[in-house]
Amino acid sequence: MQDSTLNAPEISLSSAASHEEHPDLRVFGLLTFLVSESLMFGGFFASYLVLRGAAAVWPPEGTEVELLVPTINTVILVSSSFVIHLGDTAIKKNNVAGMRLWYGITALMGAIFLAGQAYEYLTLGYGLTTNVFANCFYLMTGFHGLHVFIGLLLILGVLWRSRRFGHYSATKHTGIEMAEIYWHFVDIIWIILFSLLYILTLF
Amino acid sequence: MTQLETSQITTVVTEHELHQRWKWYDYFTFNIDHKVIGIQYLVTAFVFYLIGGLMAMAIRIELNTPDADFLDPNLYNAFMTNHGTLMIFMWIVPAAIGGFGNFLVPLMVGARDMAFPKLNAIAFWLNPPAGALLLGSFFFGGSQSGWTAYPPLSLITANTAQTMWILAIVLVGTSSILGALNFVVTILKMKVPSMQWTQMPLFCWAILATSVLALLSTPVLAAGLVLLLFDINFGTSFFKPDAGGNVVLYQHLFWFYSHPAVYLMILPIFGIMSEVIPVHARKPIFGYKAIAYSSLAICVIGLFVWVHHMFTSGTPPWMRMFFTISTLIVAVPTGVKIFGWVATLWGGKIRFTSAMLFAIGLLSMFVVGGLGGVTLGTAPFDLHVHDTYYVVGHFHYVLFGGSVFGIYAGIYHWFPKITGRMMNETWGRVHFALTFVGTHLTFLPMHQLGLQGMPRRVAMYDPQFAGINHICTIGAIVLGISVLPFFFNAIWSWLYGPKAADNPWDALTLEWTTSSPPAIENWEVLPVVTHGPYDYGRTVEVNQTVQTASI
Repeated sequence: MQDSTLNAPEISLSSAASHEEHPDLRVFGLLTFLVSESLMFGGFFASYLVLRGAAAVWPPEGTEVELLVPTINTVILVSSSFVIHLGDTAIKKNNVAGMRLWYGITALMGAIFLAGQAYEYLTLGYGLTTNVFANCFYLMTGFHGLHVFIGLLLILGVLWRSRRFGHYSATKHTGIEMAEIYWHFVDIIWIILFSLLYILTLF
Repeated sequence: MTQLETSQITTVVTEHELHQRWKWYDYFTFNIDHKVIGIQYLVTAFVFYLIGGLMAMAIRIELNTPDADFLDPNLYNAFMTNHGTLMIFMWIVPAAIGGFGNFLVPLMVGARDMAFPKLNAIAFWLNPPAGALLLGSFFFGGSQSGWTAYPPLSLITANTAQTMWILAIVLVGTSSILGALNFVVTILKMKVPSMQWTQMPLFCWAILATSVLALLSTPVLAAGLVLLLFDINFGTSFFKPDAGGNVVLYQHLFWFYSHPAVYLMILPIFGIMSEVIPVHARKPIFGYKAIAYSSLAICVIGLFVWVHHMFTSGTPPWMRMFFTISTLIVAVPTGVKIFGWVATLWGGKIRFTSAMLFAIGLLSMFVVGGLGGVTLGTAPFDLHVHDTYYVVGHFHYVLFGGSVFGIYAGIYHWFPKITGRMMNETWGRVHFALTFVGTHLTFLPMHQLGLQGMPRRVAMYDPQFAGINHICTIGAIVLGISVLPFFFNAIWSWLYGPKAADNPWDALTLEWTTSSPPAIENWEVLPVVTHGPYDYGRTVEVNQTVQTASI
């Protein structure tokens, strides 16, 4: 009997109201998800290093990588991370037009990156099944390309919502922030990929 | 607080149409209420439990005699593979994390729902197609390479079935990752402000540790399975040694997830134990902080022990040593928990309810299984009994005696909260007695079989093992019968059982402060935490605090 009186909850106005506002919930969720995603890429990186460690010649003859296009691609992708940040800065100053401009440029850069990757695939002269190096190369860059594509869709979604519904302002810009974080993530993964698949094959 | 403020809150809340209940058909739709999703998880998991159990029955009947006279060996392999896969991925993980986690975590931390309700529903609805893929693979020969799907075997058996298996596991894995991130955000960000970290129920600590583990390890399995999928279907050779691939690589990727998966299955169960034992022993839990931190310790150490599954895979001696030691270290936080529960029972006013019986049964089982794990974690002994029935006996003690007993304990404990009706205690005892006897009868002799050298995963065996196998089969039939009183009891009580009070066990955690079953938005006003979750015997003191606070 005493127990049940103990369980009677106290009523408080502050705690009832506090649940409604969780502004940072979605960003925190995205970060948690990206931790998980990096572990998946980590699985691919580790596999690549194990396979490379066991091989006598790496990459095997006939499957050398071309450096020109991917280097240009890298420069474009890395700079796009700065461009997208300008968009985020713009919306925080309530500059919607500026945000659209910078996000539009980022989307364009992302599209150029994907086009460059497609060009690279078509001109390399070997395919997915040629040898273990080619397996890793196409699978890992392909997987990353898929993530760039998703990031591109997010940015286009932001632009569309901004134009169609007039979303986003200096006080409400969580969606913009999330697209930016995702884009940075894709960029960081690419830097690791570029080091592993391209630069380290030179040594 | 003045009277006026209180009445204002009530008005606001009535507009939210509180105290409504879901209709039966709401449970078959894309519902975003965490309680509905929890029940969906639990019921689906129990369906797969029955299917997996029937497969186990078929396997044991086959093994009753040394010849393959009941099942065709290929079908035996498919049953063996899918029994393991279903029980791990479609039963224990969804029931323990998805079911109990979804139903209880928001209630326990005082939230109205999970952080991302729609994502939560998506995570659940990935499960039925995964189950359909697994069962559908039987039309294509069935996946036959065991639940580990080691190449090169998985590359040469029924390819379509194996691909379906991979897709099923990737779906379940995605579900698990989405669920885990939801739990992490809910627990870290949506705990009511009045609840201190040291007032959070131990079940939430366990789910937090589980979720971190799932977030870190599941994606690596996904990576490995994607590589396997490409090897099977698109002509790559990641795991084909003759073309520069590496089979042991798969084992690393696989066990980097699948060893932590053991803790994914057992940590939520540890959480359930930490709730059930103090409530039914009427005592504060012994060593709250030690139990909470040991969950986190298991989560961290659990990520560094996976190679103990690979002692026979050509692992170099230094690696065997490292992973033997790290494996044995996991026994320390686990032991901390066990001692905490035993010390809680010590001198408590124990009520031998069905939930408590299963909790105590779990303790005894888990000590046997855990000690078996210590022996297996030691490289020299593992080399001797590797891939024998000793291993089968060990992990069934941990997974059946550990996880399944825990899920039953949780069901008996929270059934009144989930359904609003009490379960029949007499049938609960019958269920417990049959399960307890059946588990020992089935799995204890398997240790002896293994020490004598009977290999696992085969349909035919040397006649010298026939006697002990016969005992195991009898035990398995007892286990098979044991689910009948449970299902009868659960269904009957859900429909016609006596109405449950809001707090039938006099528990102190937040979920018991709502009605049974909880209304759609859990509370009219969010509760304020004034005492720890297990503060039994401090009633007077706490009551005074409450009174002082309300003045």
